[in-house]
Amino acid sequence: MPTPLALLTGWLDRQLDGPAAEWLRGRLAHLAGAHGDRDLYVAVGLVPRKLGKADLALTGDDLGAAHAARKGWDPTGWSVDQAARLALLLTASHRGEAFFEAFHQLWRTADVGEQISFYRGLPLLPEPARHLWRATDGCRTNIKAVFESIAHRNPYPAEHFDEVAWNQMCLKALFVGAPLHPIQGLDARHNGPLARMMTDYAFERWAASRPVSWELWRCVGPHPDDRCLIALERAIQQHEDSLTAGAAALACATSHAPAATALLAHASNDTRKAIEAGTLTWAALCARAGA
Amino acid sequence: MMFIDPHIHMNARTTDDYEAMAAAGVVAVIEPAFWLGQPRTSVDTYIDYLSTLVGWERFRASQFGIRHYCTIGLNSKEANNEALAEAVMEILPRFATKEGVVAIGEIGYDEQTALEDKYFRAQLELARELEMMVMIHTPHRDKTKGTRRSMDVCLEHGLDPRMVVIDHNNEETVKETLDRGFWAAFTLYPQTKMGSERMVDVVRRFGTERIFIDSSADWGKSDPLAVPKTGRLMLARGIPAADVHKVCYGNALACYGQSGQFDEKDWLAPAPIDQRVLYEGNSVLRGQAPRVDEGPAGDSPVEAMREEDLLIV
Ligand SMILES: [Zn+2]
Repeated sequence: MPTPLALLTGWLDRQLDGPAAEWLRGRLAHLAGAHGDRDLYVAVGLVPRKLGKADLALTGDDLGAAHAARKGWDPTGWSVDQAARLALLLTASHRGEAFFEAFHQLWRTADVGEQISFYRGLPLLPEPARHLWRATDGCRTNIKAVFESIAHRNPYPAEHFDEVAWNQMCLKALFVGAPLHPIQGLDARHNGPLARMMTDYAFERWAASRPVSWELWRCVGPHPDDRCLIALERAIQQHEDSLTAGAAALACATSHAPAATALLAHASNDTRKAIEAGTLTWAALCARAGA
Repeated sequence: MMFIDPHIHMNARTTDDYEAMAAAGVVAVIEPAFWLGQPRTSVDTYIDYLSTLVGWERFRASQFGIRHYCTIGLNSKEANNEALAEAVMEILPRFATKEGVVAIGEIGYDEQTALEDKYFRAQLELARELEMMVMIHTPHRDKTKGTRRSMDVCLEHGLDPRMVVIDHNNEETVKETLDRGFWAAFTLYPQTKMGSERMVDVVRRFGTERIFIDSSADWGKSDPLAVPKTGRLMLARGIPAADVHKVCYGNALACYGQSGQFDEKDWLAPAPIDQRVLYEGNSVLRGQAPRVDEGPAGDSPVEAMREEDLLIV
């Protein structure tokens, strides 16, 4: 089975024109051998100038191969420069400790595009746990695209974040306007404190007459305390066609808490039927939301 | 009407400024690396500053539909701290080659000391090595001599004057700058340097070839709308629109376009990845839609200003 590095270089080689492909091959060959820190810095920095920033053209088979090479790896929405920067890093990573020090320096001076590449590459790098502080620190950014490079379509947070970091990431997603559904492991990592935080957030938004993300009920359903139940009851009774009512009903239906499933009595007949028929799912709600 | 402000220190400005600039038609800015009004004491704060120029500030500008570029360099004032200067020279190559870095700058002379000369020259060599353009800050004191010396040293180091911008020109320096083949930028700065009325006369006397204007707005008394205001004043004073366009947009584009990092497409038709990365977030606008479009130019607040409001004196 091809390694992530082999996949990246294959995709790039297929897409880049002659001089660009040649430049990248030359840099990869150089970094595969003995090299200095500056060689890595300059190569990583020059990528957009040398290769451009086109979207990485991937087929369904490519995405399947990515997942097979590294569980959870989803390069959907990557661009050429991001893939190339990651290929350079992976190639240079044979230097062990010297690589980690050089990579630390690269982080310190990274621009927006580089930050996104590095965060997207976290799960593919050797000893990924060593970058945990970077990843949690990156979640503190106010640059939405940088935040999403960690939170979305990335197996790293679910695998490495502790509960505090995980919950902050999920809640912060709502604050920066990032959807929840592209977060890998969202259903597997539900927990009581997160349900409470999401509920408090919903009450705050209601009090300010501001919209509440329909997605957050997905994190509330599995662990409903009394206050969560009050919020779910309120949400489930919103206009029956609303995403919120559907999401709250679905959250209750999939909950193992009897008090939550009992709230389904407040849902409309159509909603209950759709849940029974299996047509009201998180994926269906996302499709309706156009997400 | 679209404007470029090719010299402005946005990290010292507020979101109100960004909003006003976007509304006045500013579509792209270049932020030269400079000092902060007081000297830095360590390379670490320098790294954070340069990171801001290629990171947070770029994102902040995009929230208002303004495309942000920068120049990277060790400024003349801080070149006088030798230990700091040495450390900064070490890290400059890591920033200079980044995306959207259009030149090494703003560099040159302040007091024309030996250390300023040493690091000016070292950075000219770096520009040559990396095949980059150079933006020169000419000194405010002993200006005519300092400007001539800056150009002499550039030529001595084998730079092509077409790849060098001499900034902060005035009536005394512009002729030599143009005659020697350099680009001549003018800073419209209240009180200290050029006023907009003087600039109208400069264009009448020296034409529009290789001349462009900027605000150099920073943390001091300055006007981030200097370029659109002066453009309007030129129109009001009867300068042909095509000439105004060159001085306020076209020449800066042609000049820095030579870097390969400054392309009209970036703001007129951005690449899909740039749209996703730079124009999607909304944290600065606190929930409002990003201001990518600002209606017809006739709605511009600068357009609506009375002539005396366009004067930067
Ligand atoms: Zn300046």
